[in-house]
Amino acid sequence: MIPVSVAVERVFRRESGAVLAGLIRILGEFDLAEDALHDALASALERWPSDGIPENPGAWITTTARRKAIDRLRRAATRGAKQASVAALIELEADERRDAASLDQPDIADDRLRLIFTCCHPALNREAQVALTLHTLGGLSTAEIAAAFFVPVPTMAQRLVRAKAKIRAAKIPYVVPSAQALPERVDSVLAVVYLVFNEGYYCATGPDGVRRDLCDEALRLGRLLAQLLPERAEVLGLLALVTLHHSRRAARDHVLDEQDRGLWNHAEIAEGIALTKRALSIGPAGSYQLQAAIAALHAEAPSVDATDWRQIVALYTELARRHPSPIVELNRAVAVSRTHGPEAGLALLEALAHDSSLGDYQPFYAARADLLRRAGQIDAAVAAYQQAIAGAPNQVARDYLARRLAELDRGSGGR
Amino acid sequence: MQYLLLIYANEAAEAQVPQEQRQEVFGEWMSYTNDMKAAGAYVAGDALQPVSTATSVRLRDGERMITDGPFAETKEQLGGYYLVEAADLDGALEWAAKCPGARTGTIEVRPVMVFS
Repeated sequence: MIPVSVAVERVFRRESGAVLAGLIRILGEFDLAEDALHDALASALERWPSDGIPENPGAWITTTARRKAIDRLRRAATRGAKQASVAALIELEADERRDAASLDQPDIADDRLRLIFTCCHPALNREAQVALTLHTLGGLSTAEIAAAFFVPVPTMAQRLVRAKAKIRAAKIPYVVPSAQALPERVDSVLAVVYLVFNEGYYCATGPDGVRRDLCDEALRLGRLLAQLLPERAEVLGLLALVTLHHSRRAARDHVLDEQDRGLWNHAEIAEGIALTKRALSIGPAGSYQLQAAIAALHAEAPSVDATDWRQIVALYTELARRHPSPIVELNRAVAVSRTHGPEAGLALLEALAHDSSLGDYQPFYAARADLLRRAGQIDAAVAAYQQAIAGAPNQVARDYLARRLAELDRGSGGR
Repeated sequence: MQYLLLIYANEAAEAQVPQEQRQEVFGEWMSYTNDMKAAGAYVAGDALQPVSTATSVRLRDGERMITDGPFAETKEQLGGYYLVEAADLDGALEWAAKCPGARTGTIEVRPVMVFS
């Protein structure tokens, strides 16, 4: 059996985003809302071990946090508080009476939607947007976010404090943007979720647990967004993309080419494919939908050789046309090597080698090594593998490359 | 809440604008200002003389240091400002985006400090 304190924290992480969103709406500020939530957690740790976990923990936390906020405001009021706190206090008490009459909270989804738009406001820099979103909507602690992004805890704490101070000082509103501003603002929210997803899946150098948190969080935020904005194609496209990658998580101790496809989660694959289709039917096709469509083709394929590479090349070509990037070109080159042979792929990589923006991007060297091996250029392949191993971002990539290199040394390469 | 819209533009590029276009540009600024006044958002606004006329002042250890030129030498220079009344940052950003200067230059939006 899991200890009660772990269960309590798990419940809090699940519920905190919604509770916090409601509190921030009423209180008009982050810090007091966070303090009240923290007070409620302390109460739960005290009471739940003996009273048991309430039937509706979300409602319990909301009610308790709200009372704690009232307590804090009352104490502040006796010290001669500002007009704003008194107004918040009145609102809180009215809200509590309303809730006592009916426990339904139709506003909760809207509250979280407002909160995510505030956290991802373009007036905040991207790093701050990501940190604030994970902290407030994801319920991740400052230490957890710091660990996930490899920055010292005080740096992350400072980042969160600055972001909240700017929200307050510049009066960044707590609203769902107007229809006119919505497209641009949704893009900013999607970019944050995509970044969380990418950090979780591709740069897995950190301790596994933390990275898994990021993957789970990207999926959760993606689902929340799709629930709140179900008619936006790119919202569904991003959720499809995250879901399809998530479906492979049990097999992720190998690179895609070598994964045991029987370990993939077929329910999630079906869900991801359905989402991709729905997104594409709404249109217009954006970058997340194109990436989801590529992931769907991999997910449907029984093996690497039986993958519809022709279609994947077409999708990468379209992606490159809309969002030119050396990383997209790299992936396109690898796909081309499957339809037109390794030499054709290598020719495309050659053109990319002069792109300085690719810098030391390790997957470039790993892809080049594989193509050289398949083209039978063994000496060049050995050198390329050595270079790729030196920059490998994680153990899975390193093991794979080392194994390929060992095969070449034994003279069994060139498949 | 009040926000200061600081209008940065490249003076050298602006000086190149042919005479016949100036009238048109001036009309755009006038109608932008009128929209702002009609919406009740306008508090104050001015265009500034070029930075070649600027003088910077610092007081260090009681000593007045006066230098020729603007505070910072950059590609774009502060050329004017509007002080607007807006409900929140989104409202101020909307005015900034409508400003004719936003198309070629940069509008910096700064909330005005409130002392209570």
